[in-house]
Amino acid sequence: MTDQEPYLSGSRLERVLRAGRFAVTAELDPPDSANPQEVYDAALVLSQVCDAINATDAAGAHCHMSSVAICALLTRAGYEPVMQVSCRDRNRIAIQGDLLGAAAMGVKNILCLTGDDTSVGDQPEAKRVFDFDSIHLLRTAKIMRDEGRFLSGREITQPPRLFLGAVANPFVPPYDWRPYRLAKKIEAGANFIQTQYCFDLPRFEQFMQRVRDLGIDQKVCILVGVGPLRSERAAEFMRTHVPGVVIPDEIVERLRKTPKSKKREEGKRICIEIIQQVREIDGVAGVHVMAFKQEKLVAEIIEEAGLLPRPRQPKTEEDDSLGQERRWRRTEN
Amino acid sequence: MGLGSWLRDHPRTLEGTYKTTHQLFKRLDPLIARLGYKRVEALLRWPEEWLKGLVFDCRMCGMCVLHSTGMTCPMTCPKTLRNGPCGGVRVNGNCEVKPDMRCVWLEAYERSGDMPVYGDEMRWLQPPVNRELEGRSAWITMLTGEDVDYPACWPIPSDLTILSNSHD
Repeated sequence: MTDQEPYLSGSRLERVLRAGRFAVTAELDPPDSANPQEVYDAALVLSQVCDAINATDAAGAHCHMSSVAICALLTRAGYEPVMQVSCRDRNRIAIQGDLLGAAAMGVKNILCLTGDDTSVGDQPEAKRVFDFDSIHLLRTAKIMRDEGRFLSGREITQPPRLFLGAVANPFVPPYDWRPYRLAKKIEAGANFIQTQYCFDLPRFEQFMQRVRDLGIDQKVCILVGVGPLRSERAAEFMRTHVPGVVIPDEIVERLRKTPKSKKREEGKRICIEIIQQVREIDGVAGVHVMAFKQEKLVAEIIEEAGLLPRPRQPKTEEDDSLGQERRWRRTEN
Repeated sequence: MGLGSWLRDHPRTLEGTYKTTHQLFKRLDPLIARLGYKRVEALLRWPEEWLKGLVFDCRMCGMCVLHSTGMTCPMTCPKTLRNGPCGGVRVNGNCEVKPDMRCVWLEAYERSGDMPVYGDEMRWLQPPVNRELEGRSAWITMLTGEDVDYPACWPIPSDLTILSNSHD
């Protein structure tokens, strides 16, 4: 039994989650620049308020500095990244190579996504790859980690130690099937989940109810995606142009009624309220804060939501024993 | 309203037809083997493409999983996903990529509810597509076993274990 082994990757995120602490991750939006300092400037702000920093992989099908490179910069400086890997741009050969390379550079968390379609980006004429879907990617990463093999069966001399993440979007149809889609991802290998932006709380509560009924909240750590809206115009833009983002009319209305000078504050307050509400939901293990290129605002939200200080690298014996109480199942061969 | 769309709205009929065709091919296997798979494939490939194209808008991926995906061809999903809908489905149920098209997986999910035999297979982990089979006859690759010749480390698709032992 591999259950004896205490940690899958030993990443800070894994330790925080397995110690039963409420985890906080935040998104770093990659620069359109070859200057590493821009990455470090953003990381400096985020690293003080979260347990791990997500490096996006050409999100919205817009080309930026690659997630592999950002993670290389972050690990070099001692930060903890979550490397996002999308299936849109690379085939299975490239992806498996990147996973190995990332692990070699010290990356311990991977987030596996299908990826936004090329058509929403600024180069819609690009070829979409999708050789894998997100479940293929998750299982392949799991095979590489647990069996020490590539998908083809060829041996890996030192397997990558990775804490595997997947995404979930409970806010779009088919609502009834979303918990099963999540179950498939856990079966494929997901250890943690980061959801799409949560603005529709009743929908999320329904989803979590079903997730608990199926007992799958016990097998994965769910981090809820949250973020501030700057104005009702920003909200309108997001819900029409960003795939999968659902913002109820009440929230847009609330921003519309707010005087212009207070909109930023109001958007922040809405976000903090959502964090406090999802925190009360059984089966929620943390939040993932996303605000496009507004690291300072992210820091304010996390602080004002009462999520500071973040645990120091929890490496004590107490944490380790807590970690072992949580059972981590792996499918046997 | 053609024959294709009528059939697609009757998943139970389609499922029955699939089951019968599947059994028929299995029974004919010794004969086909004697004639030579390659030779029969040359004859079958075109009618298969025509028929499945008419009913399912089939893309001839060569490893057909229709019965496990609500009798809905997953290769008609613009992202060619094999394991369910992405997170980009619109609130009205339409596709992220093609705003006027209903999400292929939403249709698959709805149809699978009316499929007593294979409906639950929607939950199975489908392996990555073997791109070498593209353009081949899935009727033949099913007989030769090439359609289930998965990557060495990929598990045999089955119901989710995490759901079956959730109450232990």
